[in-house]
Amino acid sequence: MRHEDIISAKQLSRADIEGVLDRAAEIAADPAAVADRHANALLGLCFFEPSTRTKMSFAAAIKRLGGDVVDMGTVESSSVKKGESLADTVRVVEGYADALVLRHPMEGSAQMASEFVDVPLINAGDGAGQHPTQTLLDLYTIREAAGLDDVSIGIVGDLKYGRTVHSLAHALTNFDATQHFVSPESLQLPRKVRYDLHEAGATIREHTDLDAIVPEVDVLYMTRIQEERFPDESEYREVAGEYRIDTTTLAAAADDLTVMHPLPRVDEIAPEIDDTDHAAYFEQAHNGVPVRMALLDLLLEAQS
Amino acid sequence: MSDQQLRVSKIEDGTVIDHITGGQALNVLTILEITGRAGVPVSVVMHVPSDHLSTKDIVKIEGRELSEAEVDVLSLIAPSATINIIRDYEVVDKRRVTRPDRVIGVLHCPNPNCISTKDEPVESNFEVLDDAVRCAYCDTIVRDDIAALIDDA
Repeated sequence: MRHEDIISAKQLSRADIEGVLDRAAEIAADPAAVADRHANALLGLCFFEPSTRTKMSFAAAIKRLGGDVVDMGTVESSSVKKGESLADTVRVVEGYADALVLRHPMEGSAQMASEFVDVPLINAGDGAGQHPTQTLLDLYTIREAAGLDDVSIGIVGDLKYGRTVHSLAHALTNFDATQHFVSPESLQLPRKVRYDLHEAGATIREHTDLDAIVPEVDVLYMTRIQEERFPDESEYREVAGEYRIDTTTLAAAADDLTVMHPLPRVDEIAPEIDDTDHAAYFEQAHNGVPVRMALLDLLLEAQS
Repeated sequence: MSDQQLRVSKIEDGTVIDHITGGQALNVLTILEITGRAGVPVSVVMHVPSDHLSTKDIVKIEGRELSEAEVDVLSLIAPSATINIIRDYEVVDKRRVTRPDRVIGVLHCPNPNCISTKDEPVESNFEVLDDAVRCAYCDTIVRDDIAALIDDA
């Protein structure tokens, strides 16, 4: 890896991505080989928003490398509640840990925090901004299922506020991928992401009708319409539940269509899909551990 | 003496900013942190006919020569402006503004969910694109009405 901070998928080259994914595949094949690789390493977890998968998979990843975590806990139980700035919080935790993982509801928080610390800082989600490590595990899952070149991907749901979408869209520009974006008009990709995709020469199509793209894609990446990102609840109610797939929706899909979701899902994917060969979302979540082990291994190795 | 000459009579020492996009003169003053309370003579002429622009504004500041950084920032809202440095009633330097790669601590991000708008110890930081500016923290791109982002505007 060329970068000691992982802030945005935009900073990741094809070589960076393939380096992490290749390392993750090695680790997944033989996790015992790295069990003590980073003994005594401490990972600082600074989560200012609720998280299940990301936080637990980072904790699992460092522990499976022989290290451990120091966790600031919930915002309610930390000094943040007393009005401490983010800059101060990360500067304090930096003194306890060899690398930091930050999730924060404000866009740009990871970039700002990285300017105040010298240990590697990993963005685990900054508001509606970026979520680059989710993207790495998404790419790992896509590569296992369909490959990363000559692939057609449908990305569905909240494209405006969805940080996993923004990161994935950026990262896919490194590959020969066609991206079909499906959303209500009010939740289309933001200008800043369009700008980067255009600059990168990405092949993109935009749709409002999910059924129209189902037969065309190799991967269907569903996302939740996130109530917590909407400034106005009425705006959320207008689009909630707009895109949902079930076995009827997928009747026209290719047999080897892979359905993904960064989770948590609410009602975007009917439970009846879970038992089909299309469902990859739980495997996708599980892939978070070897991918984050690989990333931490590369970052900590570069530090030593 | 013509109307034009009456409006823009000579100053002894200072800076004349000419060919400002019509209507932007007050924003230029904001960028230069000229509030009118410092006692320095400042002349502002707005919406006068121009050969190059449909209308232009002119700002004359007596007793002050602009820095390169100030000139760079002016380019965001007045890309056609020319800077004339005046000493003893003579133009001793004349140059056009150039767009900088980045402007720091001048604009505020319009995204209310951007970390740079909160109570954190950072200055705003914008990358200057060909026809827009882009927040270095949240990536928000602003093309229109950049002047509205000037702090304290």
